[in-house]
Amino acid sequence: MLTLDKLQQIKKEHRPVLEARLREAGNVDIHEDGSIVLNGDYYKKQVRIALKNCGIINPGSIEDYISVDGYSAFANLLFNKSRADIIEDMTASNLRGRGGAGFPTGRKWAEAFKYDDDQKYMICNADEGDPGAFMDRSILENDPHCVLEGMAIGGYAVGATQGFIYVRAEYPIAVKRLKIAIEQAKELGILGKNILGTGFDFDIELRLGSGAFVCGEGTALIESIEGKRGMPRTKIHRTAHKGLWQKPTIINNVETYANVPVIFQRGVDWFRSIGTEKSPGTKVFALVGKVEKAGLVEVPMGMPLREIVYDIGGGVQNGKAFKAVQTGGPSGGCIPAELIDTPVDFESLAKIGSIMGSGGMVVMDENTCMVDIARFFLDFTVEESCGKCVPCREGTKRMLELLDKVVEGNGEEGDIERMVSLADTITSASLCGLGQTASNPVTTTIHYFRNEYEAHIKDHKCPAGSCAALLEYFITDKCIGCGKCAKACPVSCISGKLKERHVIDQEQCIKCGACMEACPPKVSAVIKR
Amino acid sequence: MVKLIINGKEIEAKEGTFILEAARENGIDIPTLCYDKELTNFGGCRLCVVEVEGSNKLITSCSSLVKEGMVVHTETPKVVKIRKDILDLLYSNHPKDCLTCEKSGECGLQDLCYRYGIKDGSYKGEVKKYAIDSINPVMERDQSKCILCGKCVRVCAEIQVTNTIDFTDRGFNSKVTTEFDNPIDRHNCRMCGQCITACPTGALINKQLKGIRPWEVKKVRTTCPFCGTGCNFDLNVKNGKVVGVTPNPDSPVNGKSLCVKGRYHSDFINSEDRLIKPLIKKNGEFVEASWEEALTLVADKLKHTRDTYGGDAITGLSSARCVNEDNFVFQKMMRVAFGTNNVDHCART
Ligand SMILES: Cc1cc2nc3c(=O)[nH]c(=O)nc-3n(C[C@H](O)[C@H](O)[C@H](O)COP(=O)(O)O)c2cc1C
Ligand code: SF4
Ligand code: SF4
Repeated sequence: MLTLDKLQQIKKEHRPVLEARLREAGNVDIHEDGSIVLNGDYYKKQVRIALKNCGIINPGSIEDYISVDGYSAFANLLFNKSRADIIEDMTASNLRGRGGAGFPTGRKWAEAFKYDDDQKYMICNADEGDPGAFMDRSILENDPHCVLEGMAIGGYAVGATQGFIYVRAEYPIAVKRLKIAIEQAKELGILGKNILGTGFDFDIELRLGSGAFVCGEGTALIESIEGKRGMPRTKIHRTAHKGLWQKPTIINNVETYANVPVIFQRGVDWFRSIGTEKSPGTKVFALVGKVEKAGLVEVPMGMPLREIVYDIGGGVQNGKAFKAVQTGGPSGGCIPAELIDTPVDFESLAKIGSIMGSGGMVVMDENTCMVDIARFFLDFTVEESCGKCVPCREGTKRMLELLDKVVEGNGEEGDIERMVSLADTITSASLCGLGQTASNPVTTTIHYFRNEYEAHIKDHKCPAGSCAALLEYFITDKCIGCGKCAKACPVSCISGKLKERHVIDQEQCIKCGACMEACPPKVSAVIKR
Repeated sequence: MVKLIINGKEIEAKEGTFILEAARENGIDIPTLCYDKELTNFGGCRLCVVEVEGSNKLITSCSSLVKEGMVVHTETPKVVKIRKDILDLLYSNHPKDCLTCEKSGECGLQDLCYRYGIKDGSYKGEVKKYAIDSINPVMERDQSKCILCGKCVRVCAEIQVTNTIDFTDRGFNSKVTTEFDNPIDRHNCRMCGQCITACPTGALINKQLKGIRPWEVKKVRTTCPFCGTGCNFDLNVKNGKVVGVTPNPDSPVNGKSLCVKGRYHSDFINSEDRLIKPLIKKNGEFVEASWEEALTLVADKLKHTRDTYGGDAITGLSSARCVNEDNFVFQKMMRVAFGTNNVDHCART
């Protein structure tokens, strides 16, 4: 049987092996306090808690994990802390759910802890369905044990003996590594019966999701684990009281669980010293879009957007102007350039109409059309609505049709007001978070970029020059009459004599842009307008 | 008991009651298209939203429990705006053929559109269009009229326990259908017709009642003659003729449930093949006779057989269609009047 001594011995024996390997690789700094961090400019401003082992340990080695103090928090809590005290610490840490809503984890755990039942469950939500989000994936693939440890601590605290990780099947590497990690933990005796001789049993199984975004919603996820169609339930009872198979159930996000062991290793005060008062700790973001250095960044809550985009991300690609940043994925909002000094935490983002969400952060430059961006996200929600409730199923579809109309240049007076009113209905009447937040991309872009909507509708122009239906390709008098554009045009709608200015027949033009590409760069006579 | 106020009216409700039920019990009608107290909660139509003081969110009264001191408003401007929008969205995706729809007059969607003044679906976009499924003898399914309330799915799974239908696809393309999208027919369905009763729209129609407007019929409650269970239902009578059956929710034995026979086989009443007078075979031909003559003949023959060959030369077979009392009397007759234990029942095996 595994004992505390044995755990410490593994660490003692294996730590030098790990350090030697890392020194050889040379991509980390090993500090005196034992912490190991990735070196390089990209990481300088980052504070890594959830990602602290990513890129450092070998995810396939439980010894590596133990060498960086893995499972020490769990083992310590089993022997030295009562369940009630663990819940109290969790509440005091004010760790808020990283899956999107930011609900305090301690309060959630307390509900299940207090509710008496013969069986309770811990679920890890690893469905990560937001387009462009890969924070959870990174944790699962690079540090699977920290998620298992977080779940085991939660299980012990609330009195659950069975855990499930609901992971999307589109993450085959994550699935494989989780399987290996669970096997290793069981073999060693970290999971299973009578863990460390304390009498506590805890097991974890995987459940694979098949790629429905809505299955990330807690109750739809539960339905899916129960073998039913993934549709959200009515919220008569709390999941913490009646969840999976009507038993008390805790659902937390991958990143939330990844924070748990560290909080217990380093203490509540340490954790609260990072981030803000109401949003302590860090958050991982998938910084993508038109940014120089895209990637995963983990920063203290409250860091201004500007620092993330410029200091870490290196600013906008190709020296273009920064226009907006979209946070929170399809449920989030677009934040305009003038609000770039907004601190990134749950409250501040909510105040300006966006959300933290799971951590998507899409940077947009001057050539991004905000109406089209709203349309892009709506297109996603329309596809992913489960179809259960009317406002979301029918409403998002109509919203998309209205947006289609606008980007195609057929918008009418009153369409903006119509969208605002429809958004209100969808938001206030939908059953689950998907519908309740689906309109955010539309309402925030109307709020901050109303003039762009108006330009599309009234002037039939797309100010960003991105909506194909609203722009024309035009040959200016810089044309030298080389004829390259005419040859490139797939519908042969460019005419002109050699060495004379060419003209595009706008009626025939399909707006493919081939002429613009064909025009010699030195000449650049073809413009979009 | 819990005390609460709905629309200014102080009411009492049992703990664990949904607001919608508590309101109904007190004569306050909150609209809904997907709620049915016999089925599990669904919360899909969102029409039952209400405002509760102290919360800035709308809540669905079909799935929120009453709480002590709660102050509920069921028809505020905000609530009415949302309901109108929802009905508009539903009707925008609906074939607008109410004038010829079989369900007209007893359609939940029509009633609510009338109540909230929805004349036309204002969203002009894609409208779903599915082929009508009508290959089976008793029901017609037009998914273009389906509002996806899920009542049929739930009644099939939870009351009939057959699971013939379920939701498929997602979002705007969701539909309720059978496995592999096959037509509904005998091979996948028990034809009990519970879903027809559950359906608030013209998506599921009893073929027998096609061509008969709901307001043309007089409903006459009766007990089903097909078996001894004692289900009640309403015979639908038009111009003095029984044209079909609809369930009556007040039926003590069966509620709204009926089986395929009870629901559809009232057609025997007016069948030309129905025997209404006894026939006696004379010289190889059936000849009409009086009841007196026929019963006398049967009694004489039975008596003769018993007296000549003994009671055991006779056997009696009774039927599941008879009530217990009739079956009791029958076996008594066999044993006492005929002196034999040869008595059995068609449903014994
Ligand atoms: C449509 C929808 C999709 C969601 N997808 C995810 C997801 O992929 N991963 C996740 O952790 N939470 C997701 N959530 C949030 C969960 O419902 C839930 O709040 C979260 O898993 C709770 O964990 P936390 O408190 O640790 O954040 C989603 C919510 C909605 C409404
Ligand atoms: S809001 Fe959308 S995803 Fe959520 S239950 Fe309703 S239809 Fe399904
Ligand atoms: S067929 Fe009728 S009962 Fe079934 S989901 Fe559609 S509208 Fe509801």
